[in-house]
Amino acid sequence: MSIDLKGVVKRVGAETHIYETDLTFSPGGFNVLLGATGAGKTTLIKLMAGLENPTEGSVFLNGRHVTRVSPQKRNVSLVHQFFVNYPHFSVYDNIASPLRLAGITRAEIDRRVRETAELMRLTPMLKRRPGELSGGQQQRTALARAIVKDSDLVLLDEPLANLDYKLREELRNELPRLFADRGATVIYATSEPHEALLLGGTTAAMRDGRIAQLGPTAEIYRGPNTLDTAQVFSDPPMNTARVEKRGKEVHLAPGVSWPAAGPIAAASDGVYTFGVRPNLVSPQEEAAAGVKIEGEVLITELSGSESVAHFALTATETPDPWVSQSHGVHPYEIGERRPFFINVSRGLYFDAAGARIAG
Amino acid sequence: MKRLTWLVPTIYIIFLMLPIYWLVNMSFKTTNEILGGFSPYPVEFTTENYVTILTDPTWYWGYINSLMYVSINTVLSVAVALPAAYAFSRYRFLGDKHLFFWLLTNRMAPPAVFALPFFQLYSAVHLFDTHLAVALAHCLFNIPLAVWILEGFMSGVPKELDETAYVDGYSFPAFFTRIFIPNIGAGVGVAAFFCFMFSWVELLLAKTLTAVEAKPIAATMTRTASTSGYELGLLAAAGCLTIIPGAIVIYFVRNYIAKGFALGRV
Repeated sequence: MSIDLKGVVKRVGAETHIYETDLTFSPGGFNVLLGATGAGKTTLIKLMAGLENPTEGSVFLNGRHVTRVSPQKRNVSLVHQFFVNYPHFSVYDNIASPLRLAGITRAEIDRRVRETAELMRLTPMLKRRPGELSGGQQQRTALARAIVKDSDLVLLDEPLANLDYKLREELRNELPRLFADRGATVIYATSEPHEALLLGGTTAAMRDGRIAQLGPTAEIYRGPNTLDTAQVFSDPPMNTARVEKRGKEVHLAPGVSWPAAGPIAAASDGVYTFGVRPNLVSPQEEAAAGVKIEGEVLITELSGSESVAHFALTATETPDPWVSQSHGVHPYEIGERRPFFINVSRGLYFDAAGARIAG
Repeated sequence: MKRLTWLVPTIYIIFLMLPIYWLVNMSFKTTNEILGGFSPYPVEFTTENYVTILTDPTWYWGYINSLMYVSINTVLSVAVALPAAYAFSRYRFLGDKHLFFWLLTNRMAPPAVFALPFFQLYSAVHLFDTHLAVALAHCLFNIPLAVWILEGFMSGVPKELDETAYVDGYSFPAFFTRIFIPNIGAGVGVAAFFCFMFSWVELLLAKTLTAVEAKPIAATMTRTASTSGYELGLLAAAGCLTIIPGAIVIYFVRNYIAKGFALGRV
C-alpha cells in the first residue's frame, strides 16, 4: 500500500511537532525514517496510523483519503519501541487477537498464529504470558502480532532500540526478509544512521519536525542534499567548519588549505561550510589527500578495534568539537596537542543556506 | 541484645490484638459475667449472644441492610469511577488538574455536614429509608477516592497499550472491557475494597437516612443497647460479626493494599 502525506502539519498547543510535510512512500518497500530523538518520527508514525490527527493536511492510503479515519479502519500494524503486549493474554492469544477481531474462522486463526509463531521462533512460548518472556521474545511477540495481521502498512517505531546488541543485530537481519515476502509497505523509524544503512531501502531523513531528504538510503548517505541531512545521517555527528574558497584553494584556517577539487572547484569564491565524516579524520597520515591539522584532544573513547577522539581545532573555531574515528588502537592523552589528517577528497561543501554544492 | 529482637514486635502485636481479643472474649460471656468482674477468658462460656443475633430478624436484618447498601455503593462507585479515572489518566482537558484535586477535597469535609441536606433532599424525593439512599450518599466520598486510586493504577499502564489495541482493531469499549480493565484488575479490587470499607464503617449518614426498612447494623446496635438496658454480651457479639466482612474482603486484596493507600501511586 502506498502512503501519501500531503501538506501535513501537527501542532500541539503553541508547539509545532511536524512542519508542513509532503511525503510519499511507494507500495511494498522497506522505508526508513531516520532522525534524532525529538525529530518527529513517532509523531509522523502516529499520524500515519491514525492515532493522532494532523492539524492541517491530509493522509492518503493507496489513494484513499483517510485523514480522520480511525486506526481500527486503516488496516495498519504498529510496533512500539517498548515491548507492548497484552499482559493478561498468552502469547498465542496475543498473536491471535487482531485476527479474532477481524472475524476469521478459528481454524484459519490457528493456522496463521502457528505459522507466524514458527517464523518468529515463538512456538515453545505460545502458552506463556508475555511477562514470563525475555525482552527479545516479548518484542518478537509484538512483531508477530504485526505480521500475522497481513496489514498493508507496517509501522515500526524504533522496535529494536530497547534490545541488547546481539538480539538487535539478529532481528535487524530478519526484519526486511520477514516483510519482503508479504508485499507490505514497511516504515521503520530509527535514530541510528548505521541501522538505516543496514536496512537499506528508502530513507527519509528527519530533523526538527521536517523531512530533510527522501531517497534511496545509500544515495542519501553518500550525497546528502543539505547540511541537515548530513548531520542526521552521521553518527558520531559530521565535523563541520567554516571554509573560504579563494581561487583554486580552499582555506580552513591560516596555514591549512588544500586545492579545490570536485564540485567545489566550479563554485564561485566565498564562504562555505565544510563537512567531513569522523571516519575520514585520522590520527595517522594514511590517506593520499590527507590535510594536516592540529587538534587538542578533549575526550577519547576506545571500543575494541576502534578509537574515537573528540578534539578542538587549535587553528580555528568550529561550532562543535571535531571527532576522529579510526581503526586500530591509538593512544591519546587528554589535553595533548597532536596532528590529525583530514581526507578532504571525500569532504562535502555546503553553501550559506545549507544546500550541498553538487557538481 | 540480639535475642530480644522478637520483643518489640510481640509487644506491638499484643497491643494491637488486645482490644479485639477482649471483644471476642466478651462476646462469649453473659452480660452478668461482664459486669460482675474481671476475667481474662469466659468462665461461663456461652454462644447465646450469637444465636440471638443470627435468629432475631431485628438483629440480622441490620447486617443484611448494611451489606446491601455497601454493595450497591461499591458497584456504583467503581462503575462511575472507572471512566472518570480513565479520562483523568489519558486526556488533557481544561481544568483537569483542578477538578482532580477538587475531587479529593470532597473527602476532607466531614460527612456530618451533608447529613441535613441529604435528609431533606431524600425525604423530598421519597428515597428516605431505602438502601439506595445510603448507597448514593456514600458515593459522595467513595467516588472521589475510587477515581484517585484507579487513576493511579491506570497511569501505570503505558498509553502505548491503548494505541496498540486500537491499531489491532479493538473499538474503545472492547479495548476498555477486554484489555484495559483486566490489566488494572488489582486496582479495581483495591478501589472496591476501600469503597466497601468506608461505606461499611460510615455511621452518621447511614443512621440519618434510614429509619426501619434500611436500618444498618450499627444503628441496630446502638438502639438495642439503649432500649433493653446494657446487653453487653450481645453488643460484643454483634461487634465481632461486623469485623468479619471487612476481614474477608481484605484477604483478596492483601497484596495491593499498600498501593491502594498510596492511591495507586508507587
